[in-house]
Amino acid sequence: MDLHNETVEHNRAEHAGEMHIVRPPVYLGIFFALLVLTALTTGMSYVDLGVFNAVIALAIACFKASLVVLFFMHIHYSSRLLKMTVGAGLFTFMLLISLTMTDYISRAWGRF
Amino acid sequence: MSSTIISLPDQTTARLPRKSYLNQEYGLKSWLLTGDHKRIAILYLISITFFFIIGGILAGLIRMELLTPAADLMATDTYNKVFSMHGIIMIFLFLVPSVPATIGNFLIPLMVGARDLAFPKINLLSWYLYVIGGIFILAAMVLGGVDTGWTFTTPLSTHYLNTHVVTAAMGIFIAGFASIFTGLNFIVTVHRMRCPGMTWFRLPLFVWGHYATSIIMILGTPVLAITLVLVAMERLFDIGVFDPTKGGDPLLFQHLFWFYSHPAVYIMILPGMAVISEVISTFSRKRVFGYTAVAFSSVAIAVFGFLVWEHHMFIMGVSQYSALVFSLLTMLVAVPSAIKIFNWAMTMYQGSITFETPMLYAFGFFGLFTIGGLTGVFLATMGMDIHLTETYFVVAHFHFVMVGGMLMAYLAGIHFWWPKMTGRMYPEAISKLAAVVTFIGFIVTFFPQFLLGYLGMPRRYAAYPADFQVLNVFSTAGASILGIGYLLPLFYLPWSLIYGKIAGDNPWQATGLEWQIQSPPLTENFVEIPIMDHEAYDYEWLANKTQHEVQTVG
Ligand code: HEM
Ligand SMILES: [Cu+2]
Repeated sequence: MDLHNETVEHNRAEHAGEMHIVRPPVYLGIFFALLVLTALTTGMSYVDLGVFNAVIALAIACFKASLVVLFFMHIHYSSRLLKMTVGAGLFTFMLLISLTMTDYISRAWGRF
Repeated sequence: MSSTIISLPDQTTARLPRKSYLNQEYGLKSWLLTGDHKRIAILYLISITFFFIIGGILAGLIRMELLTPAADLMATDTYNKVFSMHGIIMIFLFLVPSVPATIGNFLIPLMVGARDLAFPKINLLSWYLYVIGGIFILAAMVLGGVDTGWTFTTPLSTHYLNTHVVTAAMGIFIAGFASIFTGLNFIVTVHRMRCPGMTWFRLPLFVWGHYATSIIMILGTPVLAITLVLVAMERLFDIGVFDPTKGGDPLLFQHLFWFYSHPAVYIMILPGMAVISEVISTFSRKRVFGYTAVAFSSVAIAVFGFLVWEHHMFIMGVSQYSALVFSLLTMLVAVPSAIKIFNWAMTMYQGSITFETPMLYAFGFFGLFTIGGLTGVFLATMGMDIHLTETYFVVAHFHFVMVGGMLMAYLAGIHFWWPKMTGRMYPEAISKLAAVVTFIGFIVTFFPQFLLGYLGMPRRYAAYPADFQVLNVFSTAGASILGIGYLLPLFYLPWSLIYGKIAGDNPWQATGLEWQIQSPPLTENFVEIPIMDHEAYDYEWLANKTQHEVQTVG
């Protein structure tokens, strides 16, 4: 039993460490950053950059998503295990995109 | 390498414990609002059995139709609906939750030495979502059915069919979240709720298998959910992601769907492998050979399972170069499965093997899963696949792994842990008969389908050339035998709840923590949180323990 209580204590301590209080200015700052980036996306849609249209739009969207995950979802302040969990999701998503692209990129090459 | 002989305890002296999770509280409400992982497991068990029966009846209808070459039992569009509903129900409502949500739910906390899963309410929510998803799918069936096949192939599902595609897709979407929540619960429980001394490498392989499964559930299922939403949006609002006339691509659907559905076949086999590890060790009275290799092969399957999906698309017009890469990767993914099979064989080597019912089912798993897995390698070969794809060869392949593999493992697990779940033994003689009948019925049903497929009989047609009839008659006859094999447990398991012999704490003399407590367990599982002071599958530890212990009954 002793051993058990110790681990419980230990877990609590770890939890307390994870609990990071984010101040309102941070949230507001992120919120405005998101608004500005949204405006930027809208603005860029009036400029024709050819193939880069989608690239720019997606880059801004990814940046915004990162802000949400890191600050609104507190991953920036979380344990390494949670960071890794998010990383695993991202990694899986990259697999989906990159391996699907092996098809789209080389489909027109014809047969060997 | 040696096995420890332990004499089985005398069951005549065993008594049912006065208090257990089953009689802690009474009444429907105490079940429907429970947070107890063991009760939720029972709820799941009852619901998946219900859907298994429905799926089974549909399978019977398919085989009846295929008894004769002409499409004479039902209209051909009805046939399409019947096989679609069979696939949808069996895969999403039976195989995916089969072992994890029932046996896994019941055992993961017991095996890691915890009082419950990390999130009991999310666990209950998972069951409710499953039931709601099931109701949607049943509604789709009753209102007129779906005829897309379980794969919802576009543009068939988005542009050409007039059936209840959206309802069925929503059902799968909702049931998908049930599976995500189960996975989430398992992962958090394994990380945070292991008892003192329970290191990662002392976890039973059952837990490793479920951990790997949970990874796939969490990372894969959202992709399926979104894909089905896209299909629904395409049908309802014509958004055009899968429509070439609007700049979309129907093959994109295939990529997205199989990105989930290939890993999902490992959701449907890893928990079965997890069961087999426990059963083999217990009935050989030996530690699983190559524990670490078996543990990591589960994780390897989970990870590499994400790299092979395009093998379902070889003839769909994907890039030849890309297909080549996927063909190679597919062959590689068979390696971790082979590692498991070899290690189990080595576990039995020089063990003192006994042939109780769970072990018979496990033997069935061995033979059938091996054939199923190896024919997968045939299909992974691009040249072979052009001939075999969309034929009965594929049907036979996946029934060997899913029915011969997973269903056998599921039944092995249900019989193995039945004494723990209910406190009573199932009747041994008739259950052995059921295991043998199932095996024979299975072979007679599905082996001819390899031949049919090789000869060129396509899947998903109600009619076929008369030349194929003999093999189809075999298959239908086998299905009747198989049906009897599955009906038997449906009768004798409920029977044993009242008339079965009292099991006692540890009828198999197994080493897992779950066997060291009373059967059926208390609501809080352990009176005191255990301390794990030995390795997994340590039969000598168990032998010493039983020598020094007077059997107490709570
Ligand atoms: C062990 C290694 C395995 C390999 C190499 C493998 C390979 C393949 C390949 C290449 C196909 C595509 C055939 C085609 O459509 O032309 C296929 C289909 C399929 N496999 Fe496997 N497989 C393996 C294991 C499994 C397991 C363990 C399961 C399930 C528990 C499974 C379930 C399925 C299903 C359901 C399909 C057909 C899906 C459909 O079109 O309806 N396979 N397999
Ligand atoms: Cu596959």
